[in-house]
Amino acid sequence: MSDPVISVTDLVKRYGEVPAVRGVSFEVAAGETFGFLGPNGAGKSTTIKILCTLANPTSGSARVAGHDVVAERDTVRRNIGLVFQETTLDNYLTGEQNLRFHADLYGVPKAQVEPRLRQVLEMVNLWDRRKSVAGTYSGGMKRRLEIARGLLHAPRVLFLDEPTVGLDPQTRSSIWEYITDLKSREDITIFLTTHYMDEAENCDRIAIVDGGRIVAMDTPENLKASVGKDRVQISTADDAAVIGELKDQFGIEAAIHENLVTFNVEAGEQFVPRLFTGLTKQIRSVSVARPSLDDVFMSYTGKTIRDAEATATDRNRARVMQMRGRG
Amino acid sequence: MATRTTDPLITATSVSDAIRVAVPEKGLRQNLRAVGVVWQRELLRFRGDRLRAITSLIQPVLFLFVLGTGLSSLASAGMPPGVSFKTFIFPGVLAMSVLFTAIFSAASIVWDREFGFLREMLVAPVSRSAIVIGKCLGGATVATFQGIVILALAGFAGVPYDPILFLTVIGELLLLSFTLTAFGVMMAARITQIQAFMALTQMLVMPLFFLSGALYPLNRLPAWLSVLTRIDPLTYIVDPMRHAVFSHLNVSPAATAVLSPGVTWDGWVVPIGLSLGMVAVMGAVLLGVAIAEFSKTE
Repeated sequence: MSDPVISVTDLVKRYGEVPAVRGVSFEVAAGETFGFLGPNGAGKSTTIKILCTLANPTSGSARVAGHDVVAERDTVRRNIGLVFQETTLDNYLTGEQNLRFHADLYGVPKAQVEPRLRQVLEMVNLWDRRKSVAGTYSGGMKRRLEIARGLLHAPRVLFLDEPTVGLDPQTRSSIWEYITDLKSREDITIFLTTHYMDEAENCDRIAIVDGGRIVAMDTPENLKASVGKDRVQISTADDAAVIGELKDQFGIEAAIHENLVTFNVEAGEQFVPRLFTGLTKQIRSVSVARPSLDDVFMSYTGKTIRDAEATATDRNRARVMQMRGRG
Repeated sequence: MATRTTDPLITATSVSDAIRVAVPEKGLRQNLRAVGVVWQRELLRFRGDRLRAITSLIQPVLFLFVLGTGLSSLASAGMPPGVSFKTFIFPGVLAMSVLFTAIFSAASIVWDREFGFLREMLVAPVSRSAIVIGKCLGGATVATFQGIVILALAGFAGVPYDPILFLTVIGELLLLSFTLTAFGVMMAARITQIQAFMALTQMLVMPLFFLSGALYPLNRLPAWLSVLTRIDPLTYIVDPMRHAVFSHLNVSPAATAVLSPGVTWDGWVVPIGLSLGMVAVMGAVLLGVAIAEFSKTE
């Protein structure tokens, strides 16, 4: 087994008093697609910033492509490609000019610029549009151009920070086709962050992060298997009474998530008929779902990712208010 | 997808061949290449933005032809014979033509930050100083080009088309442009909002211009104004340019003494070399501060 391409040990990052990452350790093997899954504000972007040498850790260390992200910053930079959450294209230059700029900045040997430029542009189906100004591209095309640019200098690791955020579902799935295709062509390790469950499914391994910590890390299949139970969500006339009845009749702890009475139970479909006979209150609708990563997230953190997102937003808002108050 | 697999180039160059971009060059050569590409981008951007090029020429042209002509009859009473007011203010108008372009060039860093492109530059495996230097050289080139456009109008201001004079003035414009861009880049490191940057620029540029002696001779001023003009860095570049223009005019030494007396410190005439040297040192210091600002990591 070769050395890990990314290895992170006890990484901590604080902004002033506010902790963003609170002691994170993990390794990513060569050729792996590794995802950080968690709500906004979980510390995903901060971790990626440290790995990309854009921020220094408060303590702990990280090595990317065999080099320390602080001590050997430039070597790390030469070995990584980056696609950020927000676009970082020059909208006044053409697609091709954007890539040429990048090639010069990253010191791609001059003789290799032409063939490589063509190769990456064809990979993302933008060769025909290379002479158009990037400002005229659609959101999906911009993202594809950024992926092409991130690959131009043949990095060993490609970092994708929320690669499909803000794109429509169809474009999102096409971006994933390009990423899958890329994996089959290039010898590359991919590190990505996302808060979309379905996107995390595409990863070889994922780390579930919440509140600046990794709460679980495994393959998506193993994580889902670890939950074991199906998720049942019911809409009722009297939620509080139903929760009480579930506890009395079946010994099930249910809670309200996303305005629905939610609980996990083994063999959910067989359980539904018993549910109807057991409850006295009217049931408006029932849904049963196989364990998803959302359930994994819930079983490890006690909340759904959307709940977590809401509280993170509140927390950030409170933080901003606090900072304003202080200033 | 079929187009990609049947493409001769891709099938000919196997994945591993074309993709294994050899270890990129390092060190000085790579940094110089980065300076070059950042510089080149400024020129590309400027070429693509003709509106900016034209609008930033309007103000100097107004000063030269409208204000210059309008005030000529009034000013002629105080002007030595044979020298027009337009000739007198020509060096100041040249300075003005680069003033706005240079600082707006630096403002593009604020835009780049807003639209994310700054990040693309800041994560590159090159020294941040290469990026800042490239940016300053780019801004200086673009601004000097604007200055040259105004310089081409020399004949209308009664300034002779003399190659030595032109080379001297272009060199001085380049120095001024570089210093101004460095100043703008330094500000752009701190100011992240374009509105704030523009407001600050407006607040600074006009006083700089009016206190530089661009529109009046530096002698026989009231003490307070005299002090302010000597503090204004722009003074030390307008004066050498005016000196260059007057040394190529056919005017009496008496007229030169009235209109281009040089900058004096308590009666001592500051040599041209010292003036230019001070501007150069200032440019270097501002550049240094700008590099330090951009080299910070979170």
